[in-house]
Parts: sequence; C-alpha cells; structure tokens
Amino acid sequence: MSAWFETLRRESLLVLRKKSDVLNPLVFYLLVISLFPLGVGPAPSILARIAPGVIWVAVLLSVMLSLERLFRDDYRDGSLEQMLLSVNGGAGLILAKVMAHWLMTCVPILILSPLAALLMGVPDSAVSAIMLTLLVATPALNMLGAVGAALTVGVGRSGVLLSLLILPLFIPVLIFATSAIDAAAMTLPYIGQLSLLAAFSAGAITLAPFAVIAALRISVQ
Amino acid sequence: MFKWLHPYAKSENLYRLSGKFLLWFGWLGFIGAVVGTIWGLGFTPADYQQGDSFRIIYVHVPMAMMSMGGYLGMAIAAFIGVVWQQKHSDMMVMAIAPIGAIYTFLALFTGAAWGKPMWGTWWIWDARLTSELILLFLYLGVMALYNAYSDKRSGARAAGILAMVGVINLPIIHYSVEWWNTLHQGATITKFAKPSMDTSMLWPLLINVLAFGLLLGALALMRLRNDLLRTEGHRPWVQKIVEGEN
Repeated sequence: MSAWFETLRRESLLVLRKKSDVLNPLVFYLLVISLFPLGVGPAPSILARIAPGVIWVAVLLSVMLSLERLFRDDYRDGSLEQMLLSVNGGAGLILAKVMAHWLMTCVPILILSPLAALLMGVPDSAVSAIMLTLLVATPALNMLGAVGAALTVGVGRSGVLLSLLILPLFIPVLIFATSAIDAAAMTLPYIGQLSLLAAFSAGAITLAPFAVIAALRISVQ
Repeated sequence: MFKWLHPYAKSENLYRLSGKFLLWFGWLGFIGAVVGTIWGLGFTPADYQQGDSFRIIYVHVPMAMMSMGGYLGMAIAAFIGVVWQQKHSDMMVMAIAPIGAIYTFLALFTGAAWGKPMWGTWWIWDARLTSELILLFLYLGVMALYNAYSDKRSGARAAGILAMVGVINLPIIHYSVEWWNTLHQGATITKFAKPSMDTSMLWPLLINVLAFGLLLGALALMRLRNDLLRTEGHRPWVQKIVEGEN
C-alpha cells in the first residue's frame, strides 16, 4: 500500500515539476471552447444549445492530448521496464499512475468547467450537471486512454494513431454525458445517465489496468 | 482440449488443416450465397409495405450481422492469443480485421442505399447507424495499430488487445435499437421469439447470413495461410509447397 501511495506521490510530483503538462491541455480546452463562439456566431441561443457537445468534445480532445505523456518519459528512460519487473508492478501501479494523471489534468478541467459554461451561456441548472458528468466520467476516459497510450508508447509519433484508437471508445461516454447535460438544462432528472457513466468508470477502472499491463509488456519487450 | 490443439501450434499442420477448412467454408459459403441471393432477390414475394426495395435485406442484414460476428471472432482469437500464448491466434486477428472492415463498410453502404428510398435520407445520426460506424473505426484502429509496429508479431499482439477492449461496443450496437427509439427498424430475427417476417422471406435470409459468415471465415483463412507462408518462408515445408506447385 505504501508503494502505491509512493507511486501516486511520485507521479503527481513529476507532473507538477513539468508545468506545461498540466497547463497545455487546460489552455487547449479553453481555446477550443472559445473557437466556437467565433465560428458559429455569438448568439446566446445557439451557443447554449450546442454547449454540452462543445464542452464535452473539448474535454475529450484535451484528455487525449494529455494522455500522450502518461508512459512516454518512463518508457524512454527505462524506468517503465523496471516498474513492470518490480513486485509492485501489477494493476495497482497502473491505477496509481492513471489516478495521479487524472488528479493533475482532469481535476483542473473540472474546476475550469463553470468558466467554460459561462462562456457558452449554459443555463444555471446545467452547470452542476456538467461538473457531475465530468467528475463521474473522466476516470473512464483516463483508463481507456491509458490503454491506448500503452499500446502506442513504443510507436514513434503516436498522436494521430492514439486518437484513432481511443476516440471511438470515448463515443458512448460522450453520448450519455451530453444527454445528461441536455436533460439538466431542461430541469429533467439525469440520474440515469449519470449512473451509466459511473458504471462505465467502474468497469474501466477494474478491467483496463490489466489491458494496460498487457499492452506495456508488448511495448517494452 | 489444449492437448488436442497442440499439434496445430506447428505452422505446417495449421496450414494443412486450414486448407481443408478453407475448402469446406469456401464452397459451402459460395453455394449458400448464390442460392440465398437468387432465392431472395428472385423468388420471394414483395413486402406489403416496402415493395421490392426490401430485398436489399438479403445483403444488408448478413453483412451487418457478420461485421459484428467478425469482430467477436477477432476478439476471441485475441483472447486465445493472450491467454494461451498462441502466436497463430494473433495472426488470425489480423487475418480477420480487413475483411471485417469491408463487411462493415458494405453494411453501412447497403444501409444507406436502403435508407434513401425508405426514409428519404442517405444518412442519419441514428443509434444503430452511428454504432456501426464506430465499429468501422474500431476495425480501422486495429489495422492502423498493427501497421504502426515494425515488428509484426508485437503489432499483432497489440492489435489483439485493442480488439478485446473494443468488444464492449458490440452489445451497444446490438441493443441500440431497443435502448434508443430511433429511425432504424427493430430486430427482424431474434433467437427466442418468433421472427417478425414470413417464413418464405426468412429462409433465404438465414441461408445468406450463414453463407456470408462462412465466406468471412474462408477469406480469413486464405489470409492466414498467406501470412503463414510469408512469415515461414525460410522453412523447408514452405519451400516444398512452393516447389511442388510450380
């Protein structure tokens, strides 16, 4: 257990020491969102209508952008190989790495999301729904994305490939998250969609680490 | 079962066995597809609602079912490859992938061709269409990942893991018609309930589903055999085959 916390601490510190890894996805997130009022016109009625989709697509893209770093540096300097060989190199290690990544990249996005909602003119009733869907569903995005990152870590220049592998798997999350926000904007209950998103996350957290390990074993061999 | 399968871990034996299967799958599939298609297109009565244009069902539904069946087969092969470390199983994953992708594309294409006269639109963001499109992207992802590795064995194993992860999409496609109330019509054939179409229309459809499945298997086996010859080109048994056929 202490090894687990140690990994979590190490990963978080590593991200914090290299601030661009935290800041770039955040800036990207706000940038993508601010492109839409410029692109489709600033009429509040249109913006409020497309806001859930825009915010969530921006989240998907910035999560994907941030995922590339998850195993890259450890793979390059060989410490990933040592981690996998160590006694603690099981699913727990992967869980700690991804959780640290989630804390450092998705939680800031979560905190920024009311600002994004304000920019897009989302009705007040939906702001909490945006935050709840982000809180519940981003762990699933990170775990699925970790599988993709692990599969492509040994491949040079993997950015486009990673998006081809991962975005199709993100689509169910996108559908249920936007439908939850739409329901909230019309002050309807959205607990059903939220429960499904939570189920996605629970499934991904329990199963994906094993896929990640199998994928990393291929990359480092 | 493992003991029984073990001799087929040798490429030579697998090549021979798959040759036998290929013959059966290929001919049965070919005959079935010809019979089912001619029967379906020529001799079934026209639908009371959709007229003659419903006949595309005899291509569309088998393609759609087998695009999912192919993906499932790919995931099962990948699972066997990971659990029992059978390298030929990983090869099978990559043998199925392009064929499955083409089946998926044809299912989408015939669906669009069917949708135009029936719904008045080529494409709509309907749940089942969208999830079938995602299936196409999954196939493309598997193939892209395989081609990104310079070592083909690692590539096949990586692609296998992706295939297994993507299998969660299959139930979403399958139940999409029931979960979302959208434009696509409900399931015509189910395993347990009485089919909602007349038996004179149903038989050619069932024959075609089976035939297209067999053809998928035959094409995949052909690709597997090619792959075996290519990777084992330095072995005496391959050279014997090549010289014997010349």
